[in-house]
Amino acid sequence: MKKIWAWGALVFGLLYFTLPLIGMTNFSLKMRRGEYSFDAYQKVFADPRFQETFTYSVMQALFTILFGVLLVVPTAYWVRLKLPRLRPVIEFITLLPLVIPAIVIVFGYIRLYNTSSWLPLTGSLTGTNILLMFGYATLALPYMYRAVDTGLRTIDVATLTEAAQSLGAGWATILAKIILPNVLVAVLSGAFLTFAIVIGEFTMAALLNRPAFGPYMQLLGANRAYEPAALAVIAFGITWGCLGLIQLVSRFQKSAPPKA
Amino acid sequence: MSSAKPDASPPARRLPLHWLGILPFAAFVTLFLLLPTMKIVVGAFQTPDGSFTLENIRGLFTPSILAAYWISIKISIASALLGCLIGFAMASAIVFGGLPKGIRGPLLTFSGVASNFAGVPLAFAFLATLGPVGIVTVFLRSNFGFDLRMLGFNLLSFWGLTITYLFFQIPLMILIITPALDGLKREWREAAEILGATGLQYWRMVAFPILLPSLLGTLALLFANAFGAVATAIALTGSSLSIVPILLFAQIRGDVLGNPHLGYALAFGMIVVTGIANAIYIWLRSRSERWLK
Repeated sequence: MKKIWAWGALVFGLLYFTLPLIGMTNFSLKMRRGEYSFDAYQKVFADPRFQETFTYSVMQALFTILFGVLLVVPTAYWVRLKLPRLRPVIEFITLLPLVIPAIVIVFGYIRLYNTSSWLPLTGSLTGTNILLMFGYATLALPYMYRAVDTGLRTIDVATLTEAAQSLGAGWATILAKIILPNVLVAVLSGAFLTFAIVIGEFTMAALLNRPAFGPYMQLLGANRAYEPAALAVIAFGITWGCLGLIQLVSRFQKSAPPKA
Repeated sequence: MSSAKPDASPPARRLPLHWLGILPFAAFVTLFLLLPTMKIVVGAFQTPDGSFTLENIRGLFTPSILAAYWISIKISIASALLGCLIGFAMASAIVFGGLPKGIRGPLLTFSGVASNFAGVPLAFAFLATLGPVGIVTVFLRSNFGFDLRMLGFNLLSFWGLTITYLFFQIPLMILIITPALDGLKREWREAAEILGATGLQYWRMVAFPILLPSLLGTLALLFANAFGAVATAIALTGSSLSIVPILLFAQIRGDVLGNPHLGYALAFGMIVVTGIANAIYIWLRSRSERWLK
């Protein structure tokens, strides 16, 4: 009886989750009348706008990850080492981007950093790109900080630091050669999740008028029939790939022998 | 960030240097998270020339804006409730249902992917499934003569959006509630059974009260999650369904309300709604952690 009920819940759920995936895959293959083909994918990949926007978003994601790591790792390390009483405060702040909708944050950017303000970031292309990158870093902050902080919990930060210091290492050396390698798996998990978030992000890029992949998908969706389905399949593949890589690196850590 | 207080730490002479370490972080969150939000909050109470006013907030209470908030809240509540219910059923199926062990891992991994598969592509997936020429729509029409449109179903509506949002709501529920279900100790069930409780009584009088805070907490989180979603809604409905995020999007793009500071008030209203939902979440979460360690 209980088993029937459990199977029922599972099958219902699986049906709900697989139908849209089948639907989009099926639709993406139906561009040619009467037979299945990869025409929609060819069209998408051949579109120069696809290549431009996709490259743009990949670059944004990479810069966001780089910036995020440089910002979060030293901060999380420092808070654990020297300012443990501040941890709840920092944690609360890093969770704020989950509370404040992205559209509100970017609205604030537009009003705060417009051409007539003290820091006119939206006045130039480079400035807007940097602003968008900061926006993405803000969106990724909850995930990045949580990942790194959890990673730091598993190592003895204080002892490692004192050992390195007594051997003559400076702060930069400690961070780059001791702390970072020890939390690498956590950093990579945060990085892949950041990548998955940035690559399809729509709201911030659209409102800052940058040619990113998210707004491109939305535009294509408003004008075409089959290509959007192909894009959805590609996007799902990317998300799946990023999450799969997280699983892979964390399994790698579990199976690795606990060396110092 | 607050400045260094002399009584904050015993070795007072080295104190100021400690604070320098988080200066980059403090500067970043101040400039790109706190100040922009403050700008919106303050702007909601200002006239265009900068003096204090409540006129913008009062402007929210016009029928069209209230209707937008109302449908947003309805969609968020519906998708959060259904997400909790279905997610809970699936999570308890894999934890207690006696299903093969091999199902749990893949389902949790899939939940991780699906909870991140939001935004524009999600809308495309549902258009290809329940849209006018979607696979389910066509299947029902050609095999059963069932026309979803004739029955009043439209993807660009309250139910359409709710069903679509469930695609990231259910997995999020599964991810959050599975550890909580794992935390229910076998001893509690055995103790209840020894005292003569039936399965239903165990659930009603032991398990459910213990789980209640995390259930309600997750409900609040899912609510905020749906309330702030912009991209899925825009890709799905264009601007035909007037929910708050879409209205705000249009307002930022081109001042459709004809008053820039009404935009601030609209955004401020969003912060208030998601803020309340998350405050409930945090409060209930700290209560549930008393039992589930």
